[in-house]
Amino acid sequence: MKFVHYALEALAGRLVKWLVSLPPTLFLLVFFVAPSLIVVLASFRYPGEFGGLASLLPLFGADSGLTLETYRFFFSDFVYFEIFLKSFGVAALTTLICIVMAYPLAWLIARSPKKRRDLLVLLVILPFASNFLIRVYAWIIILGPFNLLYTSFAVIVGMVYVHLPFMVLPLYTNLEKHDPALLEAAQDLGANAWTRFWKITFPLSLPGIFSGSVLVFIPVLGMFAIPELLGGTGDILIGNLIKEQFLDNRDWPLGAMLSIMLTVAVLALAGLSAWAGRGKGRMA
Amino acid sequence: MSILEIRNVTRRFGDLLALDDVTLTIEAGEFFTLLGPSGCGKTTLLRLIAGFDEPDAGRIFLDGVDLAATPPEKRPVHTVFQSYALFPHMTVRDNVAFPLNMAKRPLDEIHERVKQALEQVHLSDKSGHYPHELSGGQKQRVALARGLVNKPRLLLLDEPLGALDAKLREQMEGDLIALQRDVGVTFVFVTHSQQEALALSHRIAVMNEGKVEQVDEPDKLYSFPRNRFVADFIGNINMLAARVAETHHGHLVLQATDLGAVAAPLVKGVKAGDTGVLALRPEQVHISSHAQTPELKNHFHGIVRGLLYLGDVTVYKVELDNGMEMEALLANSAPGRAKFFEVDDDVTVAWRHDAGLFFHD
Ligand SMILES: Nc1ncnc2c1ncn2[C@@H]1O[C@H](COP(=O)(O)OP(=O)(O)OP(=O)(O)O)[C@@H](O)[C@H]1O
Ligand SMILES: [Mg+2]
Repeated sequence: MKFVHYALEALAGRLVKWLVSLPPTLFLLVFFVAPSLIVVLASFRYPGEFGGLASLLPLFGADSGLTLETYRFFFSDFVYFEIFLKSFGVAALTTLICIVMAYPLAWLIARSPKKRRDLLVLLVILPFASNFLIRVYAWIIILGPFNLLYTSFAVIVGMVYVHLPFMVLPLYTNLEKHDPALLEAAQDLGANAWTRFWKITFPLSLPGIFSGSVLVFIPVLGMFAIPELLGGTGDILIGNLIKEQFLDNRDWPLGAMLSIMLTVAVLALAGLSAWAGRGKGRMA
Repeated sequence: MSILEIRNVTRRFGDLLALDDVTLTIEAGEFFTLLGPSGCGKTTLLRLIAGFDEPDAGRIFLDGVDLAATPPEKRPVHTVFQSYALFPHMTVRDNVAFPLNMAKRPLDEIHERVKQALEQVHLSDKSGHYPHELSGGQKQRVALARGLVNKPRLLLLDEPLGALDAKLREQMEGDLIALQRDVGVTFVFVTHSQQEALALSHRIAVMNEGKVEQVDEPDKLYSFPRNRFVADFIGNINMLAARVAETHHGHLVLQATDLGAVAAPLVKGVKAGDTGVLALRPEQVHISSHAQTPELKNHFHGIVRGLLYLGDVTVYKVELDNGMEMEALLANSAPGRAKFFEVDDDVTVAWRHDAGLFFHD
C-alpha cells in the first residue's frame, strides 16, 4: 500500500513539473526555436528580385532554391571579418570601461546604510524611465559642441552610457552579499586595505563581474542605433550591417547569414570562457 | 608575567554602556575566559583587543605597549570568529597559509607550517578542500589552525563552539585544552556557557551589563562566588530568603522566612538584622527518608515535588514547609537503583552548618 502511495505521489510530482514547464516550453518553441530555424533556412536561400526571399518554387525544378552562395560571399570578403573584429573590439572595450566605472559605484552602494541602498539603486536605473533614443540624442547635443560627434569615441561613450546600469546591478547584488566578517578576518590576520581588496573582495566579486559582462557585451554586439546616431561612416558594426540587409538592401539571406555568424561567434566565446573558468564554479 | 592589561576601559553605544570601567590582567600562557549572559559586552571587549573598535576611555596594553595607535592588521593578535569567517574562495591550505603570506614568510616555511598546523587539528587530508565542503566541526578546526599558524601573542575566540552540537562541542573542548597547552599561545575565550568556561579555563572573568563581577579560577568561582549574580550564573544554586538573627565568632544564625533557625558560615561585615539570601548548591543539600535521624545541624521537613533523572545524577525538587522549592542532587551510584525517592515522598532536607553563603541585600 505504502509503495503504491509513494509511486502515485512521485507520478503526481512529475506531472506537476511537466504542467508548470509546459507554457514556457511552448512559448520558446513557437517564438524562439521556430524563428531561429526560419532564419537558418533563409540564409541558404536566394534573395528575391525586389527584396526579401526568392520563391522556393524552383525546388521542384532543376534548381533546389537553396544555395551556399551567401556563405561563400561572406568568407571571400575580408570586410565582413573586419567589421566582426571591430564589433567585438567595441564590445570588449565597452565592457571593460563599464567594469571600471561600475565597480566603485556598486561598491559604494553596497557599503552605504541599508536604508539608502534602495534609493541609490533606483537612481542607477532611473535613466530607463526615459526613452532610449532621447537619451542617445541627448549625447548628440552634449558632444556636438566639442567636435566629438560622429567619431568612434562618441560610439563608445554612448555604449558605455546606455549599458552601465547592466554592469552596476549584478555587481552590486554580488558585493552586497559579501560577509563583512571576511574582511575583518583578513585584516585581523594581517592584510592591509589594498590586499584585502585584491585577495578577498575582488575574487569574490568575479561572478558579479562575469554576469555584468555578459549583460553588456552581448547587447553591445548587436546594437545598431548608437553607431548610427553617434558614429561616423567608419563606425559600422555588425548590428548596423544586419539591420542594413533587412531594411535598406533588402538582402534577407545575407542578413540572416550575418545574424547566424554573430550567434555562432557569441556561443563560441561563451564556450571558451566557460572552458577557461572551469572548476572555478565553487568560488561563488 | 602579564601579557595583556586592560585598564579602566569604557565603551558606550549611544546611551548604552557596553563596557563599564573594565580592568583585567591576563597572564602569558593562560586560557582566560570571558563569561557572561548575552549582551554583557564580551564581543565588544574582544573587538577592542583586536582593534576593530576603540574604547571611549581607558587603555589596553599588550606586552606593556599601549595598543591605541596600532591598527588591527599590525597587532600580533588573531581572532577565531563565531561564524569562522573562512575565505570561501580559498582551499583549506590557502586559508591557513593566509596569515603567513601576509607576514611575507618564505614559501618553504609557509608550506612546512601549514602542514604542521593542519596536522595539529587533524585535517591534513582536507587541505585541498574548499570551506563549503567541510562540516561545522572541520570549519571550526580550520579557523583554529588559521588563527594559530603564525604564532600570535594572543588568540581571541568568540564563542567558537556555539554552532556545534553537544557531542562535537565536548570533543572540541578536549581538543582546545590540548591545543592550547601544546602551542603555548595565550587564549582569550568568550562564552555564555558556564559549563564550557569551568571546563576549559585557567581563569574566568564573569561579566554582567558591561562590568566585571569577579575574576577567579573555576573552582574558586564556583565555591566562593563574590555576589548573588555570580552565584546564580555559575552552576545551579538554591536561594533561601533569610534574616540575620545573631552573629557568632565562627558562624551566623539566620532566621529563614517561615522556616526557622539556620546556621551558616560567617560573612564579614554582616550584622544582626540584615536581610538577604542563603545560597546553597544542590550537591550540598542532602535528602534522606524520615526515619533516619539526621546528624546535620540544619534539617527541615520537605516533600518531593519532582525529579529530574540525568543518568549519572538525579536532581530532586523538594518543597519545604515554607513553600520554597529546593533542589538537591544525588549521585546514582548504587547499582540497579535508578532513584532513591518518588514524588510525594516525605523527606528530610539537611545541609552542613558550614555550607552555603549568605549574601545580604
Ligand atoms: N556597534 C554597535 N552599536 C550599538 N550597540 C552595540 C554595538 N555593538 C554592541 N552593541 C550593544 O552592546 C551590548 C554588548 O554587546 P556585545 O556584542 O558585546 O554582547 P555579547 O556579550 O558579546 O553578547 P552575546 O553573548 O549575545 O554575543 C549589547 O547591548 C549590544 O546591543
Ligand atoms: Mg558576542
